[in-house]
Amino acid sequence: MDILSIRGISKSYGDHQALKDIHLNIPQNSIFGLLGPNGAGKTTLIRIITNIIMPDAGEIIFNGKPLEPDHVRAMGYLPEERGLYKKMKVAEQLVYLARLKGMAKSDAVRIIKEWFEKLDISSWYHKNVEDLSKGMQQKVQFIATVMHKPQLIILDEPFSGFDPVNANLIKDEILQLRDEGTTIIFSTHRMESVEELCDHICLIHDATTILNGPKNEIRNQFRSNTFIIEHRGNLDVLLNGYTCLSSTENDQIFRSEIQIPGRENLNDLLRSLADKVEIVSANEKIPSINDIFISQVTNSNNG
Amino acid sequence: MGKIGLIIAREYLSRVRKKSFIIMTILGPLLFAGIAIVPTWLATRESTDQKVIWVLDESGYFDGKMENNGSVKFEMTHKSLEEAKAELINNKGVSLLYIPEIDINNKAEISFYSFNNPGFSLEKTIEGKIRTELENIKLINSGIEKEQLEQLKARVELSTYNLSKAGTENESSSEASSAVGYISAFLIYFFIFFYGAQIMRGVIEEKTSKVIEVIISSVKPFQLMMGKIIGVGAVGLTQFLLWTALSTGIVSVGSAILLKDVEPDKIESLAQNQPIKTPVKADTGNVIFDALKKVNFPLVIGCFVFYFLGGYLLYGALFAAVGSAVDSDADSQQFMLPITIPLIFSMVIIAAILKEPHGSLAVWTSIIPFTAPVVMMMRIPFDVPIWQIAASMLSVVGGFLATTWFAGRIYRIGIFMHGTKVNYKVLAKWFMMKI
Repeated sequence: MDILSIRGISKSYGDHQALKDIHLNIPQNSIFGLLGPNGAGKTTLIRIITNIIMPDAGEIIFNGKPLEPDHVRAMGYLPEERGLYKKMKVAEQLVYLARLKGMAKSDAVRIIKEWFEKLDISSWYHKNVEDLSKGMQQKVQFIATVMHKPQLIILDEPFSGFDPVNANLIKDEILQLRDEGTTIIFSTHRMESVEELCDHICLIHDATTILNGPKNEIRNQFRSNTFIIEHRGNLDVLLNGYTCLSSTENDQIFRSEIQIPGRENLNDLLRSLADKVEIVSANEKIPSINDIFISQVTNSNNG
Repeated sequence: MGKIGLIIAREYLSRVRKKSFIIMTILGPLLFAGIAIVPTWLATRESTDQKVIWVLDESGYFDGKMENNGSVKFEMTHKSLEEAKAELINNKGVSLLYIPEIDINNKAEISFYSFNNPGFSLEKTIEGKIRTELENIKLINSGIEKEQLEQLKARVELSTYNLSKAGTENESSSEASSAVGYISAFLIYFFIFFYGAQIMRGVIEEKTSKVIEVIISSVKPFQLMMGKIIGVGAVGLTQFLLWTALSTGIVSVGSAILLKDVEPDKIESLAQNQPIKTPVKADTGNVIFDALKKVNFPLVIGCFVFYFLGGYLLYGALFAAVGSAVDSDADSQQFMLPITIPLIFSMVIIAAILKEPHGSLAVWTSIIPFTAPVVMMMRIPFDVPIWQIAASMLSVVGGFLATTWFAGRIYRIGIFMHGTKVNYKVLAKWFMMKI
């Protein structure tokens, strides 16, 4: 079942169209990657989902019902641009944010303490925010996003400002939240984390969705029947219709990228090569999300 | 507690706990008390550096007529002018008043010698003494007895009464009304500016630190704006009440210590800015208190609270809107102008209002919401007709609703906008924008 269903959302600011007829379904209990270059309309879409701004057209269905202001309580939003009140104590600030989200004070205090222990930052409890480093503040903000146990968490560049150790810590927390049944919308430019975490992805460019679906399906869609063959011995002649895209040699071993016609498969390729060279290894070249992102965005810019 | 309640509590507590608030709260009353006590204390203190003036009187009219007071001591001298002048060199603190032979019917040419400029007030005092004396001599010369002369001196006190339609007469006092009106109006003016600027700075802080982005998914922009305005207003009110309480305390304790040796009569006559002289009326000191009693205090206090809060709320929303539109304090100047102009204008016209508290300028500016808080407060002690008070209050409430609605529309867009060059055209666009 889909926790969130975005149906025909459009939004423009004056002459600028920020979103044009966006349709998306975000399945429950998944990590959904919302990708797109800067200015594509991601933040606008997130602000519409979190009820900060209203769409010009279209509707949003949350848990089967049209989105209402009350639903926002069941969401946690970590914006890309984020800040805290510098003069407030860490704990006081979190309690304030929790209460704004409708939590009772005692619950807020208890849960915040749990999180402080979990992230090993109990000693910051009474510190002033301005005394924390940027990464420390990001941790505090992560807690602020998840402490009210939302069903839907929207994370915009959650790893920015973290060192690799802490980025891993947060990544594990995100995965654990997913395993506990939370749905996560994950917006980032760091494709390796998309590759690693996301189950579904959606690519927004110039206010429209240009890709949308489960990550593996999208990857399959971009397979070009290209294989990477490592072999000994120079490969000079290929069958008709086969193209060698590139070939490099390293210590007598050649590494060649060969694209074959759509109706043929790896077996056909290997058969044709077997009597010419000694095959060391063979792999299909599966496009990375990064490649797909770049090719799609540049294609659509050129087209 | 609702969300606005939480926001108010945070705005309030975070400000009240600040060191600057505590320091201001303590220093403010000390300053007020200083302003209230020190001049009185200085004026009543027996001056140790009494100015000595030698009087060389060749006319013979002034022997024993120059009365000493706290700051001036006259000593008659019978040396020649040259000798006296020569002696001044050895007595630098001393001045010399030379009164030559005077033809009483012509202009008297009198000279004053000293090493320091005598100062305007001393000059006037001496001039006055001599003039009075010469006038007395002229009157006596024209055949008036000394007793008659005493009786001729006129004493005037103008009591003003306000008539109401019901036929009752209320004794009024322009001086007391002016003082009460002016102080209240000034406090309102100061309060709007000072705490309005705090709202603006608070909004800019939320915007530039990006806290707004985190909070805005939990609360509506309007709630955040109103919470801040009310929270900061509560801080101002707290500070004002603390100031009043502490000032009263310090003034009474301070007066008791500093002025314990001073006769009450002296302070009271000082309070009226009159030189100390033989009491004209035994109860002269009570005049100022009597005058204050003629002011309708329940009305004044009620109106003060209303215009204090009403004016603050009316302008507070505008300050919040300006804060939301800019990225830093420095950028706010261009948008502050339309806010400050009506406020400053209402302070500028105060003199005119005092001259004619019921003139058409006064009536109109006390009904226009932007000038009403200051101008109406100035007029309240002068018995303003009820319908005007009602109209003014309605207009302030209406003005508050209008500015808040207007500011809210700017604010909801402005808080998300960074790094855009904002001008009035952009503000208009934000205002019209739907979200």
